[in-house]
Amino acid sequence: MNGVHDMGGMDGFGKVEPEPNEPMFHSEWEARVLAMVRAMGAAGAFNIDTSRFYREALPPHVYLSSSYYKKWFLGLEDLLIDKGFIAAEDVAAGHAVQPPKRLKRGKFGLDDVERIMVRGKFARVASAPAKFKAGDRVRAKNIHPLTHTRLPRYVRGHVGVVERDHGCQVFPDSAATESGENPQWLYTVVFDGAELWGPDADPTVKVSIDAFEPYLEPL
Amino acid sequence: MTDHDHDHHHHDHDHSELSETELRVRALETILTEKGYVEPAALDAIIQAYETRIGPHNGAQVVAKAWTDPAFKQALLDDATKAVSTLGHVSRVGDHLVAVENTPQRHNMVVCTLCSCYPWEMLGLPPVWYKAAPYRSRAVKDPRGVLADFGVSLPKETEIRVWDSTAETRFLVLPMRPEGTEGWSEQQLAELVTRDSMIGTGFPKTPGAPS
Repeated sequence: MNGVHDMGGMDGFGKVEPEPNEPMFHSEWEARVLAMVRAMGAAGAFNIDTSRFYREALPPHVYLSSSYYKKWFLGLEDLLIDKGFIAAEDVAAGHAVQPPKRLKRGKFGLDDVERIMVRGKFARVASAPAKFKAGDRVRAKNIHPLTHTRLPRYVRGHVGVVERDHGCQVFPDSAATESGENPQWLYTVVFDGAELWGPDADPTVKVSIDAFEPYLEPL
Repeated sequence: MTDHDHDHHHHDHDHSELSETELRVRALETILTEKGYVEPAALDAIIQAYETRIGPHNGAQVVAKAWTDPAFKQALLDDATKAVSTLGHVSRVGDHLVAVENTPQRHNMVVCTLCSCYPWEMLGLPPVWYKAAPYRSRAVKDPRGVLADFGVSLPKETEIRVWDSTAETRFLVLPMRPEGTEGWSEQQLAELVTRDSMIGTGFPKTPGAPS
């Protein structure tokens, strides 16, 4: 979706302001939110792409004015309600008043902590040969899916060069809507600054994205 | 309204919003616990693991080893996941890690314009600025301007390569080894490696400079 989360190339957000000696969490609740998202994901309530989609789908003014973990919290609550794991009545009461729904991998307990400390694996067996190889010139498609996509707006319609092939991986556009993993080839595609930002761009800049094959067309 | 009033208003607003969020977060945890979805002790353990096991010290060890061991450096650039997994003392790393090397000709910088993708195992949880709009919006369009916000400037002919983390690949910048560190041990070198130098928004510390 063409949401405000897709920020590459936008102006007006001001300077980057690093915080000296920044703590890992700024409040205890931020840590609880992180842990709940990780635990409920690991228990099978949702995949990582669905959780990203719910954060992106927050109303633009909410997305832009909420802190990072506030967005995580709001996305988590919406997602758990939509998928039936919690009910609006539970939230209103501040307690479980509706019966639970079965989790794919069951309750998240202490024994499950180790397995989430290693990242998931996204590589999958390919069902077709790769269409592109390093050195190929490709165009990022001019597409505007209404659901989750990992093709940022700032590259759409622009020409780049395939640099690396990362093999076949879970396709976020499908996984986010729980339409299956639909594995696709993934490539690093490099764009010249001027191709993206016009003739006034800094000539020393190159930008790459990791693009799934359905995002690309041959030239 | 004066500037002072304006600031004051915002302060109060943020404060009450935080408290409300805190209550809502607690309520959600209560609901998830009562429904039998999570054990609160397991949530504590997740937080503790993040607080103690991941962080830039992991990435710094990888970088320091690459600076002292050419075979490891080549292995790291060829397949970072595999190379890092051979280091027993570094937190276990998942798939899809890619190391990108800074040279006098090319400087690498990592961003996630769409959300906050970041090599957690190597660098810990990302800082707020990495996840915030100013960095995400400008890194791909005006990287030199962003570097200036960090007080970093590069020669004008240096190529800047920005890696937008749009998939599950995670990028670790291998910064250039500082001059004047000949004969240093891996451990000494690791202390020069900053988090920002592995994102590409900073350089390693210079030997002898106050830390």
